Amino acid sequence: MSAHDHDHEHQAVPSDPALRVKALESLLTEKGYVDPAALDALIDHFETKVGPRNGAKVIARAWVDPAFKQRLLADASAAIAELGLISHQGEHMIALENTPSVHNLVVCTLCSCYPWPLLGLPPVWYKSTAYRSRAVIDPRGVLREFGLELSDDVEVRVWDSTAEVRYIVIPERPAGTESLGEDELAELVTRDSMIGAAKLKGPRR
Amino acid sequence: MNGVHDLGGMHGMGPIPREENEPVFHHAWEGRVYALDRSLAAHQRWTLDAWRHDIELLPPADYLRMNYYEKWLAAMERRVVRYGFLTPEELKSGKAARDSAKAVPALTVAMAINYKRNLPSPRDPSIKPLFHPGQRVRARNLHPAGHTRLPRYARGKSGEIARDHGVHDFPDTSAAGLGPKRQHLYSVRFAARELWGEAASPRDSVYIDLWDDYLEPA
Repeated sequence: MSAHDHDHEHQAVPSDPALRVKALESLLTEKGYVDPAALDALIDHFETKVGPRNGAKVIARAWVDPAFKQRLLADASAAIAELGLISHQGEHMIALENTPSVHNLVVCTLCSCYPWPLLGLPPVWYKSTAYRSRAVIDPRGVLREFGLELSDDVEVRVWDSTAEVRYIVIPERPAGTESLGEDELAELVTRDSMIGAAKLKGPRR
Repeated sequence: MNGVHDLGGMHGMGPIPREENEPVFHHAWEGRVYALDRSLAAHQRWTLDAWRHDIELLPPADYLRMNYYEKWLAAMERRVVRYGFLTPEELKSGKAARDSAKAVPALTVAMAINYKRNLPSPRDPSIKPLFHPGQRVRARNLHPAGHTRLPRYARGKSGEIARDHGVHDFPDTSAAGLGPKRQHLYSVRFAARELWGEAASPRDSVYIDLWDDYLEPA
């Protein structure tokens, strides 16, 4: 990630992205098209307010409330809106349930479509050419790379997010969590499990 | 366009780069790029489809070499000129021209944060679906030079309508400035073996969101 730590002497323009961004920001601010305070607020929004914790709340609710889970599977946008979590890049949501016999995995082969309001901005691996190229042709190999070996009798469904529909996976509730409350359950839900790249482990004893 | 962005099914891209405790932005400038992009989007001079096409139009070697936000930045530098935010001279010199156009009104924090895209209602009853769940369809063998969301790996392949998502803007025309051409969008199930041949698991499938204009009865 430190491609621009080396000597810049012989590097052709355009130069360091940090300098280019600074120049753009200052010009666009001077002309009134952007406001540095708005930039700060947008960055803060994604660094501190939005992230996989939002998605985890939806999953934990689905685990403890069967009626909510039914609504989530029937009309995810409406069910998620009950929790106040619909916004930009998550207007049309579909929830996919992982079970012992069906495993869902979400990808965007053409760019990096991802349910921002529920999971935040996507991680580097999700945006990588490696994941985008292989998830559709070799999902089992991809999952193996994530440490998840699926048996041949499990059905794998890959969802290529080619439109403005965004997908979230409801991972299987781990065994040994019967006594946990909704908040404790939400703590167990990881980002990768809601993309379908991981299964969840129970609480540490 | 048949570009390098259309990655589904390609080989040779290496292992998947995974990072523990990954930050939202790896460098401060990446956050600034993201926020600048969102702020400019609030001026509504382009559609998201046109935005995506700008990234696809980066030279293929750059597309593969640049990190995610470098691509956003490179596309943004072209876009601010093309959509009249800055003149080429301003971008080059870093100084606003004395008589240059200014935003009226200036963008506020509230405008940037609350900006919402103008998406159609999926339930628009005036636009009828051409296909129905359970129906066998084939993805048309189309190779448009402009923006499209029909991945190459699905073209000419047969599948089944799994779900009708309702009415959505059509990316090909929307990106080209030819209007939203609203139509039904479906989740189409393709058997992994239809897409990838006998080596694929007979149980597996890929679901792709495809519009009426991409499909024909099979």
